Amino acid sequence: IMCASAKYNTRGPALIPRMKTKHRIYYITLFSIVLLGLIATGMFQFWPHSIESSSDWTVEKRSVHDVPVVKLPADSPIPERGDLSCRMHTCFDVYRCGFNPKNKIKVYIYSLKKYVDEYGTSVSNTISREYNELLTAVSDSEFYTDDVNRACLFVPSIDVLNQNTLRIKETAQALAQLSRWDRGTNHLLFNMLPGGPPDYNTALDVPRDRALLAGGGFSTWTYRQGYDVSIPVYSPLSGEVDLPERGPGPRRYFILSSQMALHPEYHLELEALQAENGESVLILDKCTNLSDGVPAVRKRCYKNQVFDYPQVLQESTFCVVLRGARLGQAVLSDVLQAGCVPVIIADSYILPFSEVLDWKRASVVIPEEKMPEMYSILQSIPQRQIEEMQRQARWFWEAYFRSMKAIALATLQIINDRIYPYAAISYEEWNDPPAVKWSSVSNPLFLPLIPPQSQGFTAVVLTYDRVESLFRVITEVSKVPSLSKLLVVWNNQNKNPPEDSLWPKIRVPLKVVRTAENKLSNRFFPYDEIETEAVLAIDDDIIMLTSDELQFGYEVWREFPDRLVGYPGRLHLWDHEMNKWKYESEWTNEVSMVLTGAAFYHKYFNYLYTYKMPGDIKNWVDAHMNCEDIAMNFLVANVTGKSVIKVTPRKKFKCPECTAIDGLSLDQTHMVERSECINKFASVFGTMPLKVVEHRADPVLYKDDFPEKLKSFPNIGSL
Amino acid sequence: MQTRKKYIFLTFLASWLLLFLFGGDQLRRFSLFSGKRAEARRNWPRWTDRSLLKSFADPEELQRDGDPSLLSPRERRAAWLSAYRSSRCRMETCFDFSRCEKHGFKVFTYPQERGQPISETYSKILSSLERSRYHTANPEEACLFILSIDTLDRDHLSGQYVRDVDEKIRGFPLWNGGRNHLIFNLYSGTWPDYAGDLGFDIGQAILAKASFDTESFRPGFDISIPLFSKEHPQRGGDRGWLYQDSVPPKKKYLLVFKGKRYLTGIGSGTRNALHHIHNGKDIISLTTCKHGKDWEKHKDTRCDKDNIDYERFDYQELLHNSTFCIVPRGRRLGSFRFLEALQAACIPVLLSDGWELPFAEAIDWGKAAIVGSERLLLQIPSAARCIHPERVLAFQQQTQFLWDAYFSSVDKIVHTTLEIIKDRLSPHRSRSRFLWNTLPGGLLVLPDFSTHLGDFPFYYLQHGYSPSKKFTAFIRAASQAGSLSQPILRLIQAVSGSQYCAQIVVLWSCEKPPPPSGKWPQTTVPLTIIQGRRQLSDRFFPFEAIQTDAVLSLDEDTSLSTSEVDFAFLVWRSFPERIVGFPTQSHFWDPEQGRWGYTSRWTNELSIVLTAAAFYHRYYHSLFTEYLPAGLRELVDRLAACEDILMNVLVAAVTKLPPIKVTQRKQHKEAAAQQAECRDGAEGSPSAPLPAPAKVKGTAGSRRFSQRQGCLNQLADWFGYMPLVSSQLRLDPILFKDQVSVLRKKYPSLEKP
Repeated sequence: IMCASAKYNTRGPALIPRMKTKHRIYYITLFSIVLLGLIATGMFQFWPHSIESSSDWTVEKRSVHDVPVVKLPADSPIPERGDLSCRMHTCFDVYRCGFNPKNKIKVYIYSLKKYVDEYGTSVSNTISREYNELLTAVSDSEFYTDDVNRACLFVPSIDVLNQNTLRIKETAQALAQLSRWDRGTNHLLFNMLPGGPPDYNTALDVPRDRALLAGGGFSTWTYRQGYDVSIPVYSPLSGEVDLPERGPGPRRYFILSSQMALHPEYHLELEALQAENGESVLILDKCTNLSDGVPAVRKRCYKNQVFDYPQVLQESTFCVVLRGARLGQAVLSDVLQAGCVPVIIADSYILPFSEVLDWKRASVVIPEEKMPEMYSILQSIPQRQIEEMQRQARWFWEAYFRSMKAIALATLQIINDRIYPYAAISYEEWNDPPAVKWSSVSNPLFLPLIPPQSQGFTAVVLTYDRVESLFRVITEVSKVPSLSKLLVVWNNQNKNPPEDSLWPKIRVPLKVVRTAENKLSNRFFPYDEIETEAVLAIDDDIIMLTSDELQFGYEVWREFPDRLVGYPGRLHLWDHEMNKWKYESEWTNEVSMVLTGAAFYHKYFNYLYTYKMPGDIKNWVDAHMNCEDIAMNFLVANVTGKSVIKVTPRKKFKCPECTAIDGLSLDQTHMVERSECINKFASVFGTMPLKVVEHRADPVLYKDDFPEKLKSFPNIGSL
Repeated sequence: MQTRKKYIFLTFLASWLLLFLFGGDQLRRFSLFSGKRAEARRNWPRWTDRSLLKSFADPEELQRDGDPSLLSPRERRAAWLSAYRSSRCRMETCFDFSRCEKHGFKVFTYPQERGQPISETYSKILSSLERSRYHTANPEEACLFILSIDTLDRDHLSGQYVRDVDEKIRGFPLWNGGRNHLIFNLYSGTWPDYAGDLGFDIGQAILAKASFDTESFRPGFDISIPLFSKEHPQRGGDRGWLYQDSVPPKKKYLLVFKGKRYLTGIGSGTRNALHHIHNGKDIISLTTCKHGKDWEKHKDTRCDKDNIDYERFDYQELLHNSTFCIVPRGRRLGSFRFLEALQAACIPVLLSDGWELPFAEAIDWGKAAIVGSERLLLQIPSAARCIHPERVLAFQQQTQFLWDAYFSSVDKIVHTTLEIIKDRLSPHRSRSRFLWNTLPGGLLVLPDFSTHLGDFPFYYLQHGYSPSKKFTAFIRAASQAGSLSQPILRLIQAVSGSQYCAQIVVLWSCEKPPPPSGKWPQTTVPLTIIQGRRQLSDRFFPFEAIQTDAVLSLDEDTSLSTSEVDFAFLVWRSFPERIVGFPTQSHFWDPEQGRWGYTSRWTNELSIVLTAAAFYHRYYHSLFTEYLPAGLRELVDRLAACEDILMNVLVAAVTKLPPIKVTQRKQHKEAAAQQAECRDGAEGSPSAPLPAPAKVKGTAGSRRFSQRQGCLNQLADWFGYMPLVSSQLRLDPILFKDQVSVLRKKYPSLEKP
């Protein structure tokens, strides 16, 4: 601020040179006010006059019956029938969506009207409970805009969820007179029950021109892939009945059919299955002799046995979902809710949200022709997979079926992903249940690459003021053939690094980076100077590693580029007495960490450590000046799910070395601190990611009875 | 002074007046307007009577969907079947599934007629089909048919164009209206109609075509394949160009394009606009007008400058040094540069509206490419800049995986096409999208083995499973003697002593029947004897008896101790996708001979672990027996000393990783020569490390040696490259030979000489 005001003062007199200071202030005020006035005037003259329009929603306390009535003249225009060749690039106007940093489409909802024909007869029910829920969800979502001019997608409030409740021609006319209809461009209609007797078309029959259709029950012939969205048929039972999730595992029945009024042909086939396989197949139907007051939709019967619906679905491993007159069936939602694996028998049916959901993980699709083989097909599925499908089915219901809100948001997200494909939600995010997301890892370095040896590695030495020892380390490390650069991170702010001429002369470039603060995390910063993939982190007092050992370490890292490859190993143990984790540096048969006093790792982990370390770990480490190496071990193990690789035998460390590697590793308080670190990190990560292994890497011929001079790495393990 | 003050005051007043006159009204509105904005968005109203609204459908209506008196669903389906023929084919309407039931998925290629010209590319496709494990020479058992007529180039101006296809097809008795036929096509139509049809009636045949447009594509029926050049290798294929993972991507350019610009006609719109995003710094977008003979006639004002800029950059150089590559439509929707960019790990930015992307039924392109919109070209640079470095890294790796799994050779393209069709035949035994898009890729995952991810060695980490905690010891016995030898008895004792051993399975590969059960040693774990055939490849048959994930493959004369087995198994559990074993050998390139060399001498490297003592995942038995074509297994049986090399090559081809050697107490003798011994048991027992290849003369060992070397070269030829990868390390117990008290060590016995 000081610099800026000083600048201003020096410039001031030059601008208005002839006036005295006290008058200048008046003029400046005056001019700025005039200027402001002009700007304001100008702005408001050209401001879009959208303020007066449509202020009819502002009153909150209204009834659906009070909405304005619109009369449709008999000759008002009807849109063209749906255009089957429509795709996003032909029928959708992307220019309306524009580029925005959030990568979210804007959705506008038309205000609710009641449409009547010339004689005043209503065209349809004004709005159903479900459609109202859907529009409320859209309105509450971050997609929503109330500004029709900024909208990318338009959702009519005309309810077409159920084709049976509306008059087709008049509904079409109502659509056509919407203010931004424009042949239906960028309009989205939601329909769950398409078609009507006798043909039961698989898509909404209302002529809708270019409008997108989110439909339940598409067939492959009516579904415009990449344009329409296939949605579930919502089951109102989802909201009424609370079925707690049941753990996966064997259930009482193997196959259950719960649909009422199946076509007799299917019924016969199911009965044949039952006859063949006995009690493990249960075929339910409508109850005929229910006492009054019991809703028929909540009961199912087999002979004289009465079952509660949908609870009975939880008693079966597989539940049949057969096509009826329509392809989409509400029972699918009930079945998923019950965690029963749906067996879908409806050829050419486009499953809900099939653009993003991997139904092979949650269901079994059987061609209608193969219905008689259903039992043997289902028997061939491994039990472990069935359990996974049960979990997956329930997850699909929870995420995408359970409410109109879930259905609406998934639909909008799918359209959003098409418009901003580079910001689209991944397969894993759509499909992995939370439990899988939690227990699985997705390794950022998943491609099995063995980095070329020629690349070499960059040694990063963190130092404070031990110059003599530092110079020895530099000299030693520079003997390693694959070293390509040496980076010294000078962490001492009170003292300058030695002059250039004093540094050891080595064959590779040597750079000194001065840091702003004495922090341990400086060691793991992704410096631009690190140009190789491999980084060797080494303390300024690790002088005992031979050139062969370091070179071999680099070779091992090349074979395991996604792991920490280091020399001294450490272990974490569960302390049963204290009921917490404990740090162990004794000579054990196991290892779960390597110290970063001397370790190879991929530069990517520097990036992760600096920018993606969970919780407050990074700052905590800097504040405590300890455990940065443990934090790095946690980070790498957590993201890759893999263990560290300890290389080469344990040296018979003389004590300067023990202290060198661990600071004060023999000190009891130090051990306590390190144990605290492990407990702290485990709680931040929410899990213990470290993996315990019993192996270390040695050269192929290590200690073999073979002439030393023929071995690639003879000088390993020397004391 | 006074006057000046007055003036100031007056001007002040005047300006205020002016302000109110023009702006006041607006200002008042402004305050009102902004107040309302802050108050609330005009959301969808909360209707007072919303709880009274009726449901969209009566519950009964939802649950009783269907009216039995109507047309039965089956009849309605039949009506669809007849209505949707040809142009709207689907598998259920145009494909005869019953042909595939009896013999499974078998592919028949029409015999080539004499005098019928066939392009180089089409003959590669045909030979890929013949190399496939699904190929059959008998049309009776075939499920899928492929014409011998070259239908790749349907540009009737092209030299490869075959005339009168319709007439020829009609002459084929198997044609049957195209039912169950698969037709390959790379180019269709010509100027100005490139979308055009093929110039003959494909009827109900499945079309596998490059540059497919979404409109004529029959979803779930046709297959979009990538456009590939005639130089595309038959098998193997070059690897991708990504050698290192760097974050941020250290590439010189962000986004590049270099290609033709069409002055008129199809595809000109997008390509003409490409120069707008060129900035000469990190975005290089170059076009040339030089195209066709008479380009100068149509030339516009930009052409001269464009042509000069164009020459200044090298296409290959750009491809190597850019993070993103624009892949716009050309005359057709797809172009060669798509695969070129994919191989180069240059993330494709697709600007080709309406292109059905190659194998989109299986491949999730959103993980490897940016599917842009031609209309939003100008947004591409900012969109590309906004992508996080980590995502860029993931994209780059995915391009390499996809390239290597599905595109790098004609074999892979053709086999992917076949597998996609096969998956449609039985949806319940098909690959999920996850399998197609995760290493090692769909071709290497057999849904017939299992559809559960946990049964494969590849997905443990991604899905939080772990390999089973026990193993099956699988011993192949082939000795002449009718009784049990000492080594096998010792081996059974040692193995059954392992706490991780679940069962022992002995594969008895001799003509003489195995000794009766009483002669076998008593073990704590179940022991099963399988009477095998005498083929060597038999040892990798997926026997039902093997119930655990891990298999410990052993020869009867292998000598191992219980600790060695225990330690090796624990190591395997860390590397379940690799072969983990004891004695090793290695391969090397012999530049003098111009071929692969093989050595069993002690070296500093290893690339083959002998299956005489090795742990691996049981899935590899299935891959070996079912994935590899029968020809390769016959080769192995004939050569008599090569089955373990093939197994190593196979696992390396799948994982791209070297095997793992673990500590072994005694050096293994090259005694495996007894493997074929039921036949030639007198072969003797070659001892210790073999002499160098140059010195080999005449011994039984040398014959075996040259057999193995020959085998290695034949396998490299079949795979089209050398899959084996070398390693320089051995895994030992943590305290192995450390100067620590023996009492502290878990595996002290491994150190005894």
